[in-house]
Amino acid sequence: MSKLTAAQRVKLARTPGRPGTLDFVQHLFTDVFVCKGDRLGREDPSIFGAVARFHGRPVTVLGHRKGRTFEENMKCNFGMPSPDGYRKAQRLMRQAEKFGRPIITFIDTPGAYPGLEAEAGGQGEAIASCLALMSGLTVPVIAVVIGEGGSGGALALAVGNRVIMLENAVYSVLSPEGFASILWKDAGRAEEAAGVMKLTAADLLKLGVADQVIPEPEEGAHTDPEVVYAAVDRAIVRHLSQLEKERDLAAQRYQKFRAMGAVREETEA
Amino acid sequence: MQPLFRSRRDRLDRLRRQREEAVEAAARREAAAHGGSQTCPGCGAECSNQELVKTEYVCPHCGYHLPIGAYLRLSLLLDPFSFRELWPELTAPNALDFPGYEGKLAAQREKTALSDAAVAAVGKLDGHQGVFAVLDSRFFMGSMGVAVGEKITRAAEYARKHRLPLIIFSASGGARMQEGILSLMQMAKTSAAIERFSKAGGLYISVFTHPTTGGVTASFASLGDITLAEPGALIGFAGPRVIQQTIGQELPQGFQRAEYLEDHGFVDQIVPRGEMRKTLSQLLALHRKGVFHR
Repeated sequence: MSKLTAAQRVKLARTPGRPGTLDFVQHLFTDVFVCKGDRLGREDPSIFGAVARFHGRPVTVLGHRKGRTFEENMKCNFGMPSPDGYRKAQRLMRQAEKFGRPIITFIDTPGAYPGLEAEAGGQGEAIASCLALMSGLTVPVIAVVIGEGGSGGALALAVGNRVIMLENAVYSVLSPEGFASILWKDAGRAEEAAGVMKLTAADLLKLGVADQVIPEPEEGAHTDPEVVYAAVDRAIVRHLSQLEKERDLAAQRYQKFRAMGAVREETEA
Repeated sequence: MQPLFRSRRDRLDRLRRQREEAVEAAARREAAAHGGSQTCPGCGAECSNQELVKTEYVCPHCGYHLPIGAYLRLSLLLDPFSFRELWPELTAPNALDFPGYEGKLAAQREKTALSDAAVAAVGKLDGHQGVFAVLDSRFFMGSMGVAVGEKITRAAEYARKHRLPLIIFSASGGARMQEGILSLMQMAKTSAAIERFSKAGGLYISVFTHPTTGGVTASFASLGDITLAEPGALIGFAGPRVIQQTIGQELPQGFQRAEYLEDHGFVDQIVPRGEMRKTLSQLLALHRKGVFHR
């Protein structure tokens, strides 16, 4: 693996032209049927949803969508979902559960949208309900962090039995800019923040948040995406076949997240 | 044999006195930390602590609900002598080796006498046994790191195991930044525990108090069967400053306040502090036979 700094990886994870959810969908799945709408009156293009085949087997695919052109960026709100997007995701997860389809999610968002309408629509409730719903699913769930894993907006689609990260993807409680601005009142110290936040794939593997890191070409995934698609494909195949042997997938997922973060209980001297 | 209480009425009177004493004792501790009086953030009036003790820290002039600590909150709710704290020594290490975090934690502990930002207890409210968890905004703004996440998770698991209702009072700035990604993971952990509890048929009442934002709003606090809020409480996912920066304009009056959430369908009822105990008692009684439906 390359020896980049955390800040350099943050930059790579955000590089325009880096393979996004739609690229992975196009290269890993066949028979893709796009599903839109939350059935509550809204459609949020920043969350992609589809039923498709993965190596012949029907699966549900969900992922954040940033858009490739400026026009698409605007339409997808630069990959920052509104509550409607999370409610669409919930609808499609329930559907996957009903039909026994594994769920594959692609994570690539700066975070859930912090705006007036999003708050009025219950951004917090929408994310919370995604977390609760995902935690109890009995079908296999595999989350792949392909770019930016920004905060609760990323986690809402990432409560998986397995969490896979691309080498230069990042996953954090907040963007380094937001982190620096909250802790040091200075968004300009984002690079320094990236350094202490433990947000790289290697850090998260060590912390037990990620289960596998998929290496990227030296200059990043966008320089030779075919290699990355093939590696992600192999990883999903391998994890799916492991998970199929699991007796209770909801229990496995519960224990996985239950174990995150060690605690102490002795009285301090 | 000498009966301990002459009648049921005497016993109730005595319990009421004990409760009042417990409230006053907790309030005196709170008052000692604040000095003789406080300026109401709502109207700017100077309120003596003596006065505030009687009103349960609600401004007598404008009705503003001042933030109160976790133990004071519990003393306002629980029947005398029914309180048993759960996992009081629970803390989390500096798992990410975040520079300066240990020192900050020590200072917060010194200041508040809390081990971290959540207190959990089993106790009785008006005779109804339940599991109670309260976030304390004085400790690191009530932010959720591993210790808070673990305590909320254990509270839900305990309630599930003992088939008790769960009542959580939230007050939080969101995720604990210094614990980074592990803080984020507490959102998934706590939500999963609430979901399990819910699937087992357990009753969960979530109460939003001022202020509750970020990762706590986007996890367990938004998953109640019944959702209540204190008047005027700021409740949101993104903080008002972040939203203002994003949209580049002034936020409307009352935005993200409890009343706004009620109007938008995210809160069942707004309950003033003085009526909270009565309301919770009513809800617990309504669910009594069906505390567990499965």
